[in-house]
Amino acid sequence: MTLVHTTGRILRQLRHDRRTVALLILVPSLLLTLLYYMFSGPVFDRVALIMLGIFPFLIMFLITSIAMLRERTTGTLERLLTTPLRKTDLLFGYGIAFGVAAAVQAAIVSGVAYWLLGLDTRGSAGFVILIAAANAVLGVALGLLASAFARTEFQAVQFMPVVALPQILLCGLFVAREDMAGWLQAISDVLPLTYSVEALQEVGAHADPTGTMWRDLAIVGGAVILALIAAAGTLRRRTP
Amino acid sequence: MANTAIKVNDLVVKRGRRRVLHNFTCSIPAGSVTGLLGPSGSGKTTLMRAIVGVQIVESGEIQVLGRPAGHKDLRSQIGYLTQAPSVYADLTVRENARYFAALYGLGAKVADAAVRDVGLSDAAGQLVANLSGGQRSRASLACAIVSQPRVLVLDEPTVGQDPVLRDELWKRFRDFADQGTTILVSSHVMDEANRCDRLLLIREGRLIADDPPAAVKASAGTDDLDQAFLNLILAGQEAAS
Repeated sequence: MTLVHTTGRILRQLRHDRRTVALLILVPSLLLTLLYYMFSGPVFDRVALIMLGIFPFLIMFLITSIAMLRERTTGTLERLLTTPLRKTDLLFGYGIAFGVAAAVQAAIVSGVAYWLLGLDTRGSAGFVILIAAANAVLGVALGLLASAFARTEFQAVQFMPVVALPQILLCGLFVAREDMAGWLQAISDVLPLTYSVEALQEVGAHADPTGTMWRDLAIVGGAVILALIAAAGTLRRRTP
Repeated sequence: MANTAIKVNDLVVKRGRRRVLHNFTCSIPAGSVTGLLGPSGSGKTTLMRAIVGVQIVESGEIQVLGRPAGHKDLRSQIGYLTQAPSVYADLTVRENARYFAALYGLGAKVADAAVRDVGLSDAAGQLVANLSGGQRSRASLACAIVSQPRVLVLDEPTVGQDPVLRDELWKRFRDFADQGTTILVSSHVMDEANRCDRLLLIREGRLIADDPPAAVKASAGTDDLDQAFLNLILAGQEAAS
């Protein structure tokens, strides 16, 4: 039950912050529009599709690490840890709440991409939204984990280039994975974002969901669970 | 002495390289209001954090309601008010109280009653971010008392409150204690100390007095608690040198 209440509390906080909600919805659509004027035809289709996965990952990573840091610095985290609330309920609460927000975001951005910008994929938009939402939850989970290692806001934002950027550089957007040096490919192999990008590319190239797409989604889901458990491990009730 | 609710034995706490509490020992009777007094940096907050079980301790032991501090079963029986208001600024007072109530499996009615108890009914629908400092700390207090805990640990609950409200809050604490709640409350304000059943005077991590207010005053030979505190410190220094 405390999981439900915690999820509700986080969504309520988000609802009171209208500017953040507006930014969440507008920014990815505007950036996608920018891409539309930069590239055309098949190049736009390829880049925009991957971006639909990267935006929620990036944005949720940032929002979550700041939100969790705020819990720490305002003392609410310490107080929560003196209540019967389970640590996993808090972390999964964040995962679910921001996952819901991200799913809404992904649906709107995908709508803009398909209807206004003429994005063309062979597979259905539903799967694109599903993978984008999974990516958002991945961003949340990694953000929760990263925030454990940040004491200040300055540190927290810098985990973005540390944790998120390498994944974006090596996911196959800039250089196709087959063309990478072997050791780069090996690094790319262990980064979860690689698999969600591959899943999106599968949706782009095939009319029906493929086995590879499902396998990739499962890998992303596994990474989420691992990151959340690790984050619960770093959350200490007793602090110095 | 009556039933003991909190027992601290030979507690040593270090924060960074500094020793904050030196072999601290005290016991707090159940159903009483105990005041924790001492200057800033004397170790009051550290002692309170140790009692609610969020402080890493070096050595020593703490028993709360017969269980080691921080025990899982205690989480539903302790209310903790941190010195800085720890509520969500982007939620309303009511939403904060209802969330903390829900963590204990309690409903909206109990939460709204707690908001009323701290005199915030009129501001219940306001975002905490828009409240004054005093209102904010009362919102935080509402979340600490919402579960009607058996032990209430309050770190400076009356800072920044106007005198009328302070009086009301202290009456409220007295009500809680009469119903059997054990209250440990820290304060700078000596006139509040007179309203406690018992005082713990603490300085530089050491206990320098543990008596009812009248006895503290008697042993220091003055009627003024501020002066009594000073006399006890001076007496302690003379004894040490």
